[in-house]
Amino acid sequence: MANPMKIRATAKEGVTEVKILMQHEMETGLRKDADGTLIPAWFITEVKAQYQGRTVMEAQFGQSVSKNPYLLFRFKGGAAGEKVSVSWVDNKGESRTDEATIAA
Amino acid sequence: MSNEIDLSRRKVLKASGGVGLLALLGGIGLFRPSDALAEWNKAAFSSKAMDEALAGLGATTPEANAAGIQLTVPEIAENGSVVPVTVSSSLANVEQISILVDKNPNVLAASFTLPQGTEAFVTTRVKMGQTANVVAIVKADGKFYRTAKEVKVTAGGCGG
Repeated sequence: MANPMKIRATAKEGVTEVKILMQHEMETGLRKDADGTLIPAWFITEVKAQYQGRTVMEAQFGQSVSKNPYLLFRFKGGAAGEKVSVSWVDNKGESRTDEATIAA
Repeated sequence: MSNEIDLSRRKVLKASGGVGLLALLGGIGLFRPSDALAEWNKAAFSSKAMDEALAGLGATTPEANAAGIQLTVPEIAENGSVVPVTVSSSLANVEQISILVDKNPNVLAASFTLPQGTEAFVTTRVKMGQTANVVAIVKADGKFYRTAKEVKVTAGGCGG
């Protein structure tokens, strides 16, 4: 089971800023372990953020995104107490969804 | 009787053959219960060269536009495994922002689709194997624009 994301959403002057820290190895598939065996690629491919059932950001990732991916974006609307949910899926089909409450 | 056994054996064989695909479909199915999400752009993300990656994004000849795109990257990255990249744009109707690293084995790092109401502003962190250009491609009003900045990497981010 994948580890939870850290999500911080803050509403200010009509705009909600969302910061997401996902926990994922993001293996490129190009690295070798100590025995010289190639470590298979394992990385998040898609991320989606939703607010009140509407998609506010969609991202596709490749292997070049850093380990434990960080993401920041802003959308219009959102108020303190409302929720933002973020989901990701990786190239192995594993997925994770977490929710955060918007702070003022 | 023997017929039935044979049939179930076939099923097992069929199932095992399709396991990879099924797992993939299952994952996608879980991820997008209702609305259709654009499929992961395999062609663009497996590109080894800039031209190929741009073609995969549908942006074969992006127009250079340094004024309309703000690309913020460090001049020197001591650690190539975490290079912060911020892309924002003052262009109207920004639909998509993509981040590429021209000398990485896989050139395209990330691509963001921004629906209306979402600001043309994203920050993420990318890996860089060596000193290279970070390229930002912005799609606004159906057209592609490009800007780039060099980041000097003192320790690569793809080592074992």
